[in-house]
Amino acid sequence: MSGEVAGEVRVVVAVVLQTVVVVVAAPFLVGVLRQVRARWEGRVGQGLLQPWRDLVKLARKEPLQASGSTVVAWVAPVVVLGSGLLLAALVPTVTTAGPARLPADLFVVVSVLLVGTVALGLLGLDAGSAFGGMGSSRHLTIAALVEPTVLLAVYALSVPVGSTALGPIVEGRLADPGRVVAPAGVLAVVALAIAVVAETARIPVDNPSTHLELTMVHEAMVLESSGRDLAAVELGSWLRLSVLLALVANLVVPWGVATAGDGGPGLPALALGVVAVVVKTAASGVVLATAEVFMAKLRLFRVPELLTGSFVLAFLAVTGSYVIG
Amino acid sequence: MSGVRLGLLTVLGLALVAAVAGGALGTAARQRVSPLLGALVGAAAVWTGALAWSGGTGRVVVGTVLPGVTAAYAPDRLGGAFLVLVGGVTVLASVWAFDGARGTAASRTAWVAYPLFVLGLLGVMAAADVVAFLLAWEVMAVASAVLVLADHARRPEVVGAGLWYAGMTQLSFLLVLGGFAVLASAAGGTGWSDLARLAPDAGATGAGVGLLLLGFVTKAGAVPVHVWLPRAHPEAPSHVSALMSAAMVKAGVYGVLLVVVRLLPAGPSWWGLALLVVGSASAVFGILQAGVAADLKRLLAYSTTENVGLILVAVGAAQVTTARGDVETGHVLLVAALLLTFGHAAAKSVLFLTAGSVLHATGLRDLDRLGGLGRTMPWTCGAFGVAALGAAGLPVTAGFVAEWTLLQALVHAGGPADPRLGLVSALAVTVVALTAGLALMTFTKAFGIAFLGRPRSDGAAAAHEVGRAERLAAAVGALAVLGLGLVPGPMATAAVRALGVDGVTAAGTTLAAGVRLGGVAPAPGSAGEAASGTAALVPVLDPLALGLAALAALVVVAGVVARLRRRAPRRAVELGWGCGGARVSPRMQYTATSYAEPLVRIFDAPLGVSRSVATTTADAPYVVRAMSFRQRVRDVFEEHGYRPLLRAAARVGDAGRALHNGSVHRYLAWSFATFVVVLGLAAR
Repeated sequence: MSGEVAGEVRVVVAVVLQTVVVVVAAPFLVGVLRQVRARWEGRVGQGLLQPWRDLVKLARKEPLQASGSTVVAWVAPVVVLGSGLLLAALVPTVTTAGPARLPADLFVVVSVLLVGTVALGLLGLDAGSAFGGMGSSRHLTIAALVEPTVLLAVYALSVPVGSTALGPIVEGRLADPGRVVAPAGVLAVVALAIAVVAETARIPVDNPSTHLELTMVHEAMVLESSGRDLAAVELGSWLRLSVLLALVANLVVPWGVATAGDGGPGLPALALGVVAVVVKTAASGVVLATAEVFMAKLRLFRVPELLTGSFVLAFLAVTGSYVIG
Repeated sequence: MSGVRLGLLTVLGLALVAAVAGGALGTAARQRVSPLLGALVGAAAVWTGALAWSGGTGRVVVGTVLPGVTAAYAPDRLGGAFLVLVGGVTVLASVWAFDGARGTAASRTAWVAYPLFVLGLLGVMAAADVVAFLLAWEVMAVASAVLVLADHARRPEVVGAGLWYAGMTQLSFLLVLGGFAVLASAAGGTGWSDLARLAPDAGATGAGVGLLLLGFVTKAGAVPVHVWLPRAHPEAPSHVSALMSAAMVKAGVYGVLLVVVRLLPAGPSWWGLALLVVGSASAVFGILQAGVAADLKRLLAYSTTENVGLILVAVGAAQVTTARGDVETGHVLLVAALLLTFGHAAAKSVLFLTAGSVLHATGLRDLDRLGGLGRTMPWTCGAFGVAALGAAGLPVTAGFVAEWTLLQALVHAGGPADPRLGLVSALAVTVVALTAGLALMTFTKAFGIAFLGRPRSDGAAAAHEVGRAERLAAAVGALAVLGLGLVPGPMATAAVRALGVDGVTAAGTTLAAGVRLGGVAPAPGSAGEAASGTAALVPVLDPLALGLAALAALVVVAGVVARLRRRAPRRAVELGWGCGGARVSPRMQYTATSYAEPLVRIFDAPLGVSRSVATTTADAPYVVRAMSFRQRVRDVFEEHGYRPLLRAAARVGDAGRALHNGSVHRYLAWSFATFVVVLGLAAR
């Protein structure tokens, strides 16, 4: 009995550690993305610490609230951040261990992600400006079209394991590395990666560094937020980006992640897990930023074509996993 | 006398008293007494249903005008579950009607028809034989048609809606009548126990079941026989819309379950495939139309079609998986169907009731002219928000649990052993996913445009919070949406009992709050089992644990925010920034139509969109004086299916006019000829 309790405590400690690591590292990941982009474009760049400095600056400033806006103006940023934190706790980045009552079921993970999406969408509508509504409409349209890709990719990944929980999926890949390069697995991960790009508002779906309101999606919704509201939204979005990137990295290169084992992961395994996930995510960030430099943002009405393509990949992954395993 | 029998008699007595009271009382007394009696009928139905659901039995036999033909009412567990559902929705709608039913919605006729409508609905769920079922079905159909027509004198569009509704509901009755007639003559009896003895593979059974399913999906509002729904729901009084959408379309769902689960559980898989196709088309088409609708109640009506579609997908998939030998997954899918049914009933009754409140407060159903109601109507806003979360299937609501169960069962159906079934379930997952994504957009739009932003018209600006009874009904319904979502365990186990299946149990450390789908455990020897053990692979959802984790995250965030707040308090400013371009005019906001514009562009073909932009220029082409934009979204099924049919019927009618030219001699000749033909047939 006491061994069981000790195991539960270790799992909780591991999950809290995982969350803290993601929160601390997320702004650095954004720093890496910006720095890589700057170097490719021949600029010096702001350094890796700039996102953290921005966050602290924003958090200390007073937020402005336009008359006519509602509680959504400050509740939505809190929900976006909360959903990001919950994602960081649930998704296996450092460790695949999780509380038995709250497995990282991918359908649950997606729904937590969507709670953040909806909160952002409502934030865009709250102040009653034209740009906010525009961003919200586009954001939700993209989210709606991404949904089939995500769920089918989940389906394809779950077939070999027999479960949609992320822990067993990653552990299954660790136990049987052949699955990483199996056609169905590759297709599913590629489809998932496109979906992640769309969900986190990166090029070619959305341009995170745009200053032109008419092309904005994500940025348009947060135009009216300021001070700590903006800080919360930004950190929440960065958490989302980091967690999803780390997830894709863990699916492609599962090695290093701390497995549940007997009685929860030990300290050395966790330390290795932290190092591994930081390296893997930073590397995938470099790849993402490099790809972004050489790509242009798609016109909004070309995005459905991209998403249809990713859907086809996911569908092939599902059927492929039945036929060729 | 058993409790169920007593309950049935109480329901019958109360409903008849309510009908008489509605006709006899004066306006002021009626406004107080009729809703109260309606709520009592609902409460009695909940009590009766709960007894039947937990295994109680009881029988009430009603004589008919035909000698020797009687109608028996004896709800079983499944019927009991639906009695609880209808009774619960009736209670909410009746409480809301204390304040909400006014004017023509509270007329003498309406208050006579209302209890009869509820009685018919309850009778359908309680019927134990074909005669009882059809009798109740027709009472329900006629009384609801009267209610839809409540406001016909003031608004001409109500008449059209009423005609469409009456036509389709009678079509549904005829189909059900035909189906049961075929089955009853093949079985040699009208009781459910007689029908249950039929051979599922026989040709007559197939024909009968085909007719029945068509009739039931017509009542349920599935594509392509949904056309009455987006007309009748918006034009009916709001508490009647709630009852129709949350409870009456469930009569169709109940009928489907009655046939494919209770009477003929061993049916061939084409029944399920047909339901899957109809359900998928309804889900996607319904949510697309809801996504582009600008009329709030029309949006909710189309979303009903979507939800019915999802329920039919679940039932159809259950039928297919069971017929292909995967009985356990089929059971889980059936439980998912019942969870979807209850989740939709709770969410949709709140949505229609709050939409009715919005209509009272502003006089508007048009989302394009609403806005900013969150500040003036906080209660209505809160209840609508919770119910919208439920309708969009987000945690922690009843809709989320239901969709999770459905998806889990679908991804576990088939497997490498049965790739063909896997293909079916992959297509079903696609439908559910696209529907869920579009539902998210639809309800963000409905909530955000109506309750956030600035008022887009004077009516919206002058809104006020509604009366206590309306708020109470909405709040209780919203609590039900949350309660079923936070603690779904008891509901899931009760659904298991109602359906007589297994594979789903309650789970969780506290309150048995969660759901555990033991029926879809992976096959022994799979790779995942080697890595983590079988127990870890059984899908478990504990919304309470998820809620607590979310709460922990929010507490941390709130703590930080509170510290920061002391340092730098929030400052109110007059205008939003709007990138330096903010104007005071609320007309510059996005409307519901503009919000749905990307959707209209992407799905223009299935939506049948026509639009025109006219620009008036002065002197040079780039000096624009005025622009006008028109957009019409049509229902392609109505446009290309029903209109040609109606035109053909009208042509036949016109041709028939040549037969009666006003001459009495000719009419006498027709009568004589008919008489001779009848005599000839009778003498044969």
